[in-house]
Amino acid sequence: MNPNAARVTTLGLRPDAKLRECLPTGIASIDALLTVDALLTQGQAQGFPRGAISEIIGPESSGRTTLVHSLLAASTAQLEICAYVDTDGSFDPVSAAAAGVALSQLVWIRCGHNAGHALKAADYLLHAGGFGVIVLDLCQVPPRISNRIPISYWYRFRRAIENTPTILALAEKEPVAKSCAALMLDLQRKKTVWTGAPGFSLLREVELEAASRKPVRPVTAQFKAKVLG
Amino acid sequence: MIFACIHGTSADLAQLPQIAAAFSPSFEQTAPDTIVFRIDGLQRLHGSPREIAEAIAKHAGSKINVAIAETADAAIIAARNFPGITVAPNLNDLDVSTLPLTEEIAQVFESWGIYTLDQLAELPENGLAERFGPHGVYLQQLARGAIHRPLKIFQPETTYEDRIELDHPVSLLEPLLFLIARLLNDQCARLLSNAMAANEVTIRLELEDGSNHDRTEHTRTLRLPVPMRESKSLLKLLQMDLEAHPPTAPTIAIALTLKPVHPRTVQTGIFLPVTPAPDKLELTLARIRGIVGENNVGIPQLLDTHHPHPFTLVPSPPILNPQSPIPGRQAFRYFNPPLHATIDLINNRPVRLSAPGIHGKVLHAAGPWRTSGDWWTTTAWNRDEWDIALSNGALYRIYSDPQWFIEGSYD
Repeated sequence: MNPNAARVTTLGLRPDAKLRECLPTGIASIDALLTVDALLTQGQAQGFPRGAISEIIGPESSGRTTLVHSLLAASTAQLEICAYVDTDGSFDPVSAAAAGVALSQLVWIRCGHNAGHALKAADYLLHAGGFGVIVLDLCQVPPRISNRIPISYWYRFRRAIENTPTILALAEKEPVAKSCAALMLDLQRKKTVWTGAPGFSLLREVELEAASRKPVRPVTAQFKAKVLG
Repeated sequence: MIFACIHGTSADLAQLPQIAAAFSPSFEQTAPDTIVFRIDGLQRLHGSPREIAEAIAKHAGSKINVAIAETADAAIIAARNFPGITVAPNLNDLDVSTLPLTEEIAQVFESWGIYTLDQLAELPENGLAERFGPHGVYLQQLARGAIHRPLKIFQPETTYEDRIELDHPVSLLEPLLFLIARLLNDQCARLLSNAMAANEVTIRLELEDGSNHDRTEHTRTLRLPVPMRESKSLLKLLQMDLEAHPPTAPTIAIALTLKPVHPRTVQTGIFLPVTPAPDKLELTLARIRGIVGENNVGIPQLLDTHHPHPFTLVPSPPILNPQSPIPGRQAFRYFNPPLHATIDLINNRPVRLSAPGIHGKVLHAAGPWRTSGDWWTTTAWNRDEWDIALSNGALYRIYSDPQWFIEGSYD
């Protein structure tokens, strides 16, 4: 008889299953959305799960990079070293610093539009260990290229970081890690706030919405992002 | 304990450590012309202290003073003041000026009528302590020959430079690395035994030149952000550097030099998060540099300028300098290079945009924001920027220079 059989409830949850350690993003609504209610364990965990792959997906101007910057800021504030694998040279240190990212704690790797190099760099970083958050930015990689990345890469990455405090955050247009990801957030822009009279307006604020596609949540999280003056 | 001191003239100063080393492996070089060492174990080899002193003088072969006494300092004073060989010297009649006196103390001793070590030794110790403090007591102890102290053992300066000449030229990297590993292992063992680490590694490959008999050199220098002494890590770094910058001809000699520095000491805390080990991180970044290029790995640094790209990438390791997170700040993404766009204007305002992969009607536009600067340099800029909302659902920053480009998107 399977010794674990008695521990499996009708919901398919194991009472002794360990709750993953999480990293809150600092955006209250997102952290509330990502709250794991520990019905069968002690306490609560909020934020991105450590030791796992998280996917942040959405179209252009949906707030993917804003969320990534918040995650990096939260991690560097905890004295962690982070890495940004910049596939297309699109990283903007100015807006990252404005979000509170400690740039001196961030390793920036520019891959010159080469997704293969980005994957290799991420592989080296993951296997080196000791990083808080590693961001693999595939936002500007066309889906016809990102969909050709073998699934074995993501299994390898997942295996490399499990049982470590590292978060591998993928920012992209469409999901690529799929079953290897522990979290999948789908972002979209709901509203853009312009101020001033017509003809003399100013981009002030963007209202964004996040839905958790994995694990599936019935609610969404709304948050606002102010544009730098 | 019995000590011997040798005091040489200026002509044979360089020979003094070799003379001392012939009789004792550990000796103190008190001054460039004075060396003192223990001779307890030499009595079975050479006989009495006088015979030992004669053996030392004979080995020296030149005119040096040799003194043997029960304390190191007594031997030093005797060797400096008595010519030839002196055994169990009587220091009583020596002038007090042979001691390390300050000018003030010398004047006081002269006013007191203290001229010899014997007279100084007879003075009451408490009175000296009251007037001169610890230095006065030290001088009296010297005069009495009563200071028993361990020797400060002379440590020869270690050099971290090795060179090997090869019997046959080596053209492949793998056998070359095998030889470099041998040099590195020796030097890293030397670093470890001296509690040092290296922050710079220089390898000089002497290459065979087919056209004439002159040798050409291929020199590579690795400057490490953190001092290291693990030969495996250093070898890997050298391997990656030589793979990126291979020698142009077969190698016939290898010279390896390490620059020794004190190793980095870091106080770690139980509750601090784990960070990458510095040597492992350097190795990882070196591997990544091998893939993406040397100038594409580092930490971002902001520049004090109004330039549209006010940042640079600095090739240095990360440093802990935490800041408070400020959630809810809109991020920006650059298009690298900026996308060339075609813009339709009505009343000097953009109404339609067309660029590779991006087309649409401009729903909202804010601008123009005119920026310019650095007109006195070759990197001058002068442009009008707009923030636009496009019908494809994205927010872009565009500029005219005077041609139109999409700089990036708000994301």
